[in-house]
Amino acid sequence: MRDVAVIGVGLTKFGERWDQSFRQLIAEAGSKAILDANIEGKDIDALYVGSMSSGRFVDQEHIGGLVAEVSGFSHLHIPATRIEGACASGGLAVREGYLSVASGLNDIVVVGGIEKMNDVSGTAATDILATASDQEWEAFFGATFPALYAMIATKHMHDYGTTKEQLAQVAVKNHANGALNPYAQYQSPVPLESVLKATTVAYPLGLLDCSPVSDGAASIILCSADKAKNYIDKPVKIIGSGQASDTLSLHGRRDICTLDATVHAAKMAYKQANLTPKDISFAEVHDCFTIAEICAIEDLGFVKKGEGGKAIDQKITTLDGSLPINTSGGLKAKGHPVGATGVAQIIEVTLQLRGEAGKRQLKDTQRGLAHNIGGSGASGVVHILEAM
Amino acid sequence: MEELGIVSYGSHIPRYRIKAEVIAAVWGKDGAAISRGLGIFEKSVPSIDQDTATISVEALRAALKRCTTLNPTEIGAIYVGSESHPYAVKPTGTIVGEAIGATPDLMVADYEFACKAGTAAIQTCIGFVKAGMIKYGVAIGADTSQAAPGDALEYSASAGGAAFIIGKNNVIATINHTLSYTTDTPDFWRRAEMKYPSHGGRFTGQPAYFKHITNCATKLMEKAGSKPQDYTYAIFHQPNGKFPVNVAKKLGFTIDQVKQGLMVPYIGNTYSGASMIGLASVLDVAKPGDRIFMTSYGSGAGSDGFDITVTDTITKLARENAPTIAQLVADKEYVDYGQYTKMTNLLFWE
Repeated sequence: MRDVAVIGVGLTKFGERWDQSFRQLIAEAGSKAILDANIEGKDIDALYVGSMSSGRFVDQEHIGGLVAEVSGFSHLHIPATRIEGACASGGLAVREGYLSVASGLNDIVVVGGIEKMNDVSGTAATDILATASDQEWEAFFGATFPALYAMIATKHMHDYGTTKEQLAQVAVKNHANGALNPYAQYQSPVPLESVLKATTVAYPLGLLDCSPVSDGAASIILCSADKAKNYIDKPVKIIGSGQASDTLSLHGRRDICTLDATVHAAKMAYKQANLTPKDISFAEVHDCFTIAEICAIEDLGFVKKGEGGKAIDQKITTLDGSLPINTSGGLKAKGHPVGATGVAQIIEVTLQLRGEAGKRQLKDTQRGLAHNIGGSGASGVVHILEAM
Repeated sequence: MEELGIVSYGSHIPRYRIKAEVIAAVWGKDGAAISRGLGIFEKSVPSIDQDTATISVEALRAALKRCTTLNPTEIGAIYVGSESHPYAVKPTGTIVGEAIGATPDLMVADYEFACKAGTAAIQTCIGFVKAGMIKYGVAIGADTSQAAPGDALEYSASAGGAAFIIGKNNVIATINHTLSYTTDTPDFWRRAEMKYPSHGGRFTGQPAYFKHITNCATKLMEKAGSKPQDYTYAIFHQPNGKFPVNVAKKLGFTIDQVKQGLMVPYIGNTYSGASMIGLASVLDVAKPGDRIFMTSYGSGAGSDGFDITVTDTITKLARENAPTIAQLVADKEYVDYGQYTKMTNLLFWE
């Protein structure tokens, strides 16, 4: 396996993008990434695009070819593949692109991620997202994702004494970060009282504990590391890539407060990079709900199991903390167009490593980690990146 | 310059009310939070024998009571804007015309443009009066709006209407400028034979209501060479209590300019009646020289903007001959959800 680098990134503004269609969004993200990488269409060997449910959100399946077409290189007839793994679709697409370059088969690939979720009603979006849960044993009985993560949260509160205030602090932190990210769906900080007083969605999760329904697209260009500097000055190397699976249903897990898909994907990535959690400087983690960030920092090994809530109190994970988490605003504030999320996380880590993260730029950016989850944890993807 | 504008006005709001908290309790929702979120505390409910036709007649009779010198036979046109005309085929306007004695030398048509059909009717009347084809024209906006049980609209969809007599004689408020901003934007609709409307949720906000009102208002001020501070009052379409206040702030108007015409917190969204009831409320208190800015909004979508100046003649209008909007709002009787289902025909029986 050879080393792989990120040589280009492109992102659309996340949010309610009624002004742009599905194809316009992915074309914008893709063309920005291609321009950023200083490559031409003929340089591209393959295309991977992650999308969870384009068929139900915008009635469009078969998007591999569509993305190649709207990107302007259908005449090149490159392989174009769509990847689906619920909210981890983007992260899985990154990994497939990574593997295809690492294997030596391809030199340069485009990886995209997209979801356009606001073209259906909120109720329909909830139903579509619920297809990522176990239809027979969860969705059929009325469990939506807020309900499933609420069960994780109540168990975490019961077992470890995690509080509703600690959950709320995650939202406060991520909204503060999102306010510094021009691509984020929400551009304003949110006070703690607002999070605590927000309408309850599924106890203990209130409206502001949940990531929003979003439209958006993200794209990166991957290149074999030995050729990366032919294109740009500041490529970023992927030094670890891990993926794992788990039961589709939450109740099938050995412990609902631990996402073993995260644990195993992280183990794989750490092993490949020959690193431990202590070697990571910052991370983008999958905070689809505030409790998910608390579980993530535990399962990635940054803090002990059960101490994720305390880490928030100790301000470890803020922008000026010792391990900044979700500098982009996370899914919570940046927005969560599900198929785009995993790719957008790689973009945030890349921007931080390049020193191009604007007002939210970190000082210590040796290594960054991106963590993307599908559903309640049946799919997990972890990537570790380092400046070259 | 020849004066053309409003000669008289009148309104009608059904006296039954239901509180948002009463509706919320039925669906297991937090009524206080919903009221806070929507800026609506209660809404008007039409009685079992009230519909758009009866509301229109009441509103126009109120306008005629105020303008004692006007003979109904001098009215050359009646246009009724509504999205709840009692008949799919058979005009509301003929019922109104007959009821006030304006038939048969009369042009009539029913309009539909979601919540702005009434203000579109004002524009039509301005055209006919300006062309000299009629002496007086009547524009009515009235609705008994529908909401599916349990839908978010159930807290706002209400009933009421207002009638404006447009002419060149005894004008109490000149209409200096009017224009519209229209696009094909499907944010809210009801297909033929559907009982309840459908809507695009949050899509009804920024790309629909805010885009159209903002553009219409901006173009109107450009045309009039005016700025927000030039107006004594401003009225915006009011589907809830939040949107009109937000759009006003965005355009540079103050809450003091808006509050006299903001009736939605107390009566809900009267749809075609909404901005026109707001205008009626302003005219209830307006003094000569006051300048009024009004922008309606109809889903589908479009906005009609009006720049209006109150004349000295308003002091001669017998405003006291009909109840003010404040009096209509205050004259109320609460119903429970059971009575509400009966009055709004939610219960179906043969």
